[in-house]
Amino acid sequence: MSMNNITPWKKMEIIRHKNRPTIRDYLPMIFEDFYEMHGDRLYGDDGAIIGGIGRLRGMPVTIIAEVKGRDLNENKQSNFAMPHPEGYRKALRLAKQAEKFKRPVICFIDTPGAFCGIEAEKRGQGEAIARNLFEFMTLKTPVVSVVLGEGGSGGALALGVCDELGMLSNSIYSVISPRGFASILWKDASREKEACNIMKITAEDLTELQICDAIIEESEGGAHNDPMMTAENIEEFLVKTLKEKMQIDIDVLLNQRYTKFRKIGEFEESAAAEE
Amino acid sequence: MLEDLFNVVTTRFNSVVKDDKDKKESKSTVDIPKDLFFKCPRCSSVVVSEDLDNNLGVCPDCGYHSRISAVRRLAMVADKESFIEYDKDMISKNPIDFPEYEEKQAKLREQTGLKDAVITGECTIRGRKCVIGIMDSRYMMASMGSVVGEKLTRAFEKATEKRLPIVLFTASGGARMQEGMVSLMQMAKTSGAAARHSEAGLLYITVMTDPTTGGVTASFASLGDIIIAEPKVLIGFAGRRVIEGTIKQRLPEDFQSAEFLLEHGFVDMIVDRKSMRKTLSHLISLHTDNVEVKDR
Ligand SMILES: [Zn+2]
Repeated sequence: MSMNNITPWKKMEIIRHKNRPTIRDYLPMIFEDFYEMHGDRLYGDDGAIIGGIGRLRGMPVTIIAEVKGRDLNENKQSNFAMPHPEGYRKALRLAKQAEKFKRPVICFIDTPGAFCGIEAEKRGQGEAIARNLFEFMTLKTPVVSVVLGEGGSGGALALGVCDELGMLSNSIYSVISPRGFASILWKDASREKEACNIMKITAEDLTELQICDAIIEESEGGAHNDPMMTAENIEEFLVKTLKEKMQIDIDVLLNQRYTKFRKIGEFEESAAAEE
Repeated sequence: MLEDLFNVVTTRFNSVVKDDKDKKESKSTVDIPKDLFFKCPRCSSVVVSEDLDNNLGVCPDCGYHSRISAVRRLAMVADKESFIEYDKDMISKNPIDFPEYEEKQAKLREQTGLKDAVITGECTIRGRKCVIGIMDSRYMMASMGSVVGEKLTRAFEKATEKRLPIVLFTASGGARMQEGMVSLMQMAKTSGAAARHSEAGLLYITVMTDPTTGGVTASFASLGDIIIAEPKVLIGFAGRRVIEGTIKQRLPEDFQSAEFLLEHGFVDMIVDRKSMRKTLSHLISLHTDNVEVKDR
């Protein structure tokens, strides 16, 4: 079942559907014995990112996820999935713990972006994201990330330095929201739809740009139509990927992870100018 | 809900942008040509441009360290004729086929004499050898796209290979949106290169200059072993207007200043321009010179 004929804008509508499943729906469908762990041990506990330990088909794994709310109350708790620095620092703490106990790390990305506010700046939002990029790049255990809905900018990338990136077939991953893109580059937020269609933010586009490694099919018409089936596809992807990554010598894996990001960039060098 | 929130942010954002523009336009009819005078964004003092220039680009009234070109910066820091440039002919492609991106760049190249927003290479600073990278805000507000990402990554890799310290002068409006997701990935790429340099036990010094924001703050700029900032410069993750739009109140003047970051623990020291060369050379020598205790 190919999703290629769905426009980026249509995908945006699907991921904004009010019944779009969140990690809270998927967790019990994919994992067993999940224990949530709280706090960054430095400042507090961020409701926008949940983390913990569970089993994936019997194997202990560390799970780190950005949480969208399904109603206003949940959204208050999770700050509309916009993490503060303590959320990223909790993620890093749990990832380091996974490294110690030789468990793989599974990250779920689902955020409009890192929170923009006074407190977030005071506590070093930039530093928190940067530190995750730095530490995850050399984390000595396999890391797999999955974009569930919206992958918004640096706030998404902070959980996106991985050995393999999977994207749900309607999910998007972008440097800025299409609305932000239109308002900053064209000074016209109403051109959101046009921006969405040229930004190359779908799983297919990002596969072409070698950023996305695997497209995980959602149920027909969007994951909300059959969350269980979508969960099964996510589980299949995780099991298959982790089986493969767990076999690879860690130094080789780290080189592959470095290269995965190292090779991204489109530039040219004129040989003629060399002296 | 979220959409509403963003609506508020962007509407507010647009109105503020518009206000500023109006202000500028109305002012410019009163003001004398701006290349002759410099209006300090911190204290609003109006300074004769030549005087500012003779004062190393520092506002004589409040000490704000204004934006200067990468070439001038290099001359202030590196030993004469010690600089060997890396990758000087690298130019960007157009990964998402953004309309008029090539044209815009061609024009900027002509205006600035730069090929993109960073120059990299190696030099000596008072005899101490290091790899150096200097960003230049005149080129698309030194946003990070493929070229900035690749040149900085190569600079880290060269420094790792040659076992040299690296000094980066950061300035940036953030990720280069015109390159879409390819620009976001440069954050991971540069941070990864910084991590490898760090694992090799080598020194990385960041010097944050005006403005260091967005995806650059959220990647290599915040990862130095030692983080220096110039006085009064703007450093932050989110744009001031975006935050004001979110919280619907004005932010204090010193918010996201170098001093604000020092107070909150994200900068090691604030160093002014005239002391920068000496400070850098001392810090490098503290990490590279003979480490044995001397007998009297
Ligand atoms: Zn001033």
